[in-house]
Amino acid sequence: FEMEPDCCPDWSAVARSWLTVTSASWVQMTHNNFWLKKIEISVSEAEKRTGRNAMNMQETYTAYLIETRSVEHTDGQSVLTDSLWRRYSEFELLRNYLLVYYPHIVVPPLPEKRAEFVWHKLSADNMDPDFVERRRIGLENFLLRIASHPILCRDKIFYLFLTQEGNWKETVNETGFQLKADSRLKALNATFRVKNPDKRFTDLKHYSDELQSVISHLLRVRARVADRLYGVYKVHGNYGRVFSEWSAIEKEMGDGLQSAGHHMDVYASSIDDILEDEEHYADQLKEYLFYAEALRAVCRKHELMQYDLEMAAQDLASKKQQCEELATGTVRTFSLKGMTTKLFGQETPEQREARIKVLEEQINEGEQQLKSKNLEGREFVKNAWADIERFKEQKNRDLKEALISYAVMQISMCKKGIQVWTNAKECFNKM
Amino acid sequence: TPSPDLLMARSFGDKDLILPNGGTPAGTSSPASSSSLLNRLQLDDDIDGETRDLFVIVDDPKKHVCTMETYITYRITTKSTRVEFDLPEYSVRRRYQDFDWLRSKLEESQPTHLIPPLPEKFVVKGVVDRFSEEFVETRRKALDKFLKRITDHPVLSFNEHFNVFLTAKDLNAYKKQGIALLTRMGESVKHVTGGYKLRTRPLEFAAIGDYLDTFALKLGTIDRIAQRIIKEEIEYLVELREYGPVYSTWSTLEGELAEPLEGVSACIGNCSTALEELTDDMTEDFLPVLREYILYSDSMKSVLKKRDQVQAEYEAKLEAVALRKEDRPKVPADVEKCQDRMECFNADLKADMERWQNNKRQDFRQLLMGMADKNIQYYEKCLMAWESIIPLLQEKQEAK
Repeated sequence: FEMEPDCCPDWSAVARSWLTVTSASWVQMTHNNFWLKKIEISVSEAEKRTGRNAMNMQETYTAYLIETRSVEHTDGQSVLTDSLWRRYSEFELLRNYLLVYYPHIVVPPLPEKRAEFVWHKLSADNMDPDFVERRRIGLENFLLRIASHPILCRDKIFYLFLTQEGNWKETVNETGFQLKADSRLKALNATFRVKNPDKRFTDLKHYSDELQSVISHLLRVRARVADRLYGVYKVHGNYGRVFSEWSAIEKEMGDGLQSAGHHMDVYASSIDDILEDEEHYADQLKEYLFYAEALRAVCRKHELMQYDLEMAAQDLASKKQQCEELATGTVRTFSLKGMTTKLFGQETPEQREARIKVLEEQINEGEQQLKSKNLEGREFVKNAWADIERFKEQKNRDLKEALISYAVMQISMCKKGIQVWTNAKECFNKM
Repeated sequence: TPSPDLLMARSFGDKDLILPNGGTPAGTSSPASSSSLLNRLQLDDDIDGETRDLFVIVDDPKKHVCTMETYITYRITTKSTRVEFDLPEYSVRRRYQDFDWLRSKLEESQPTHLIPPLPEKFVVKGVVDRFSEEFVETRRKALDKFLKRITDHPVLSFNEHFNVFLTAKDLNAYKKQGIALLTRMGESVKHVTGGYKLRTRPLEFAAIGDYLDTFALKLGTIDRIAQRIIKEEIEYLVELREYGPVYSTWSTLEGELAEPLEGVSACIGNCSTALEELTDDMTEDFLPVLREYILYSDSMKSVLKKRDQVQAEYEAKLEAVALRKEDRPKVPADVEKCQDRMECFNADLKADMERWQNNKRQDFRQLLMGMADKNIQYYEKCLMAWESIIPLLQEKQEAK
């Protein structure tokens, strides 16, 4: 990867807002003295804007403020170096670029474009403040993921994304990454026709598929669980009203009923915060749902390269065979050439010599190509596997942490429940 | 005077022996000592430390399948030191119809008293399996409560029909013989005043009427809320039952994460079980008590109505006398009798209302505290489950 050392600072990322997932990767990086300069990245604000698009049509979109600060090594003080606005589509462009330029890397996914797997009380509107806020956190997480990646963090386009507001898009397009992108059709073709797939990659692809299906199932059911739980809590709120109304006609029981009703109101409204917290957990799972696709992209790339390699080898083999046939004058297999020879008579020795010469040149070239493809392939496998190993570690660590924080949320919900019912019980006891 | 030991021996040993009017002469034995003995035998039913000399239990439901019909009978065991009972202990089998008969007999013979309600003949409309274990158990509890309420009543518990209900070997024979009696007794209330409108209902009874209207309304709402909560909880349970296993499925894909995921799955399983217990408890213990009180308010309203009738009868007679006042200045005897009846009615009703208010307060206190307890227990179980998997999740991380 061509790197211009002068414009590629070394960095590390510090999460400014809530994000346990990234704090782990930051710790890992500070252990390493390799980085000389550290930069803090945050997506600190989101703003609704109206502008005109390429078709000169009015559109509304959300812009996010990205702030970067350099952290001096000695005193830990940070100085604001840059702040600029980006919109979601620019994040998408950055990621598409990274996908093309780093095919052997499991590129961190973007947060969802539209809210998915939401339970019905939650708005699915793109401009909904809660959704925008969750996306802001997701986008920040995305940048921190890249910044803490040992290879991606050195990318120039990424650096410019953070520091150069104008002309960034043009710079990206100048890299010509779109031309390098593999067509979907080609990839699909490779999937079906590759002869000797690497078992490690087919296994990984299988794993990605399964992971994606199990997480999406999990998210779907979780949304339904949230819906039902919401119902259970909110219906309890009706006790609040009826206890209060009932208390009006009772003498000794009145006070106890009235205050118990108040606790039922508290119980009913406590679910809002509980489910809001749970959305963070859902977002953590969603990131890995999208990671499954990134993992698959690496597998697809490998398949494609393997297919290319096989095609090149096949081509070379057939050329060699043709050359041998010409040299020995025997036709071992039925071919169109054999047919024409039989129909139109033998060619002159001069003609044959010339053809053999051309073929030999092509064989030479093909052998060189095959060699370099082989080398490239081996390099790809080595690099990809290193990143996959890194990804696996990151995944295990993140998901374990997500599960812990989920369990902690459940514990706090149970404690709240016990508290409210204990309070209510005291009131009932006074009746 | 038989010693307590003897009494005990009888109640256990002579169960199926027919003693010719011997039994336990309760009047001669000290009520205090025998009741404390019975208390020991009879567990927890001591309310307000009142001495109790009559204990009734409904248990052991049995299904009977005949050619014509299928029905359930319940065993009713009575222990008493009262003189009205020839034996210290009785055990009979009765079916719902018999309870129904008892209730109408009580209503007839004690029109001035509040008769506790029976559980509805058919609970929820739609398909309820009348012979399912849950239904029979819920009904058994309600029937037991019904008899306990009568037993606790200072007047109703001495009712002749009640005695027969508890003791008669052949209740059907008694039922037939009672028909003639019924027609005679029913008359007195029936021939009342056609169309006479009550002048003024005394304030306190008007207040009771208003109270009952609101009370029944609020209880109806609470009943609907409770049912709705149970419905929501059951739907929540269905989702949880699907949710937990997804973590298990996921764990089969993973290496290092397998154990934590499996742990979460097991944890959700435990929470589901706890939730199921909660909904079962609420269905079995909470709803029936609400229902009983909703029915109770109906019984109460019908007694109030009867009281109004008696008052109306008295007022009508008084008016008739007033018209003839010039001729006969003295209030005739039957009007006086009528007034007595009204005053007795009022006194009975007030006493019953007070007793009912007390019971209600205690019952609801217990019921609602029970609801809170069940919910606390549910959350404690879930809390324990979630807390137990935290070390499982953390340990692995530190080990790394």
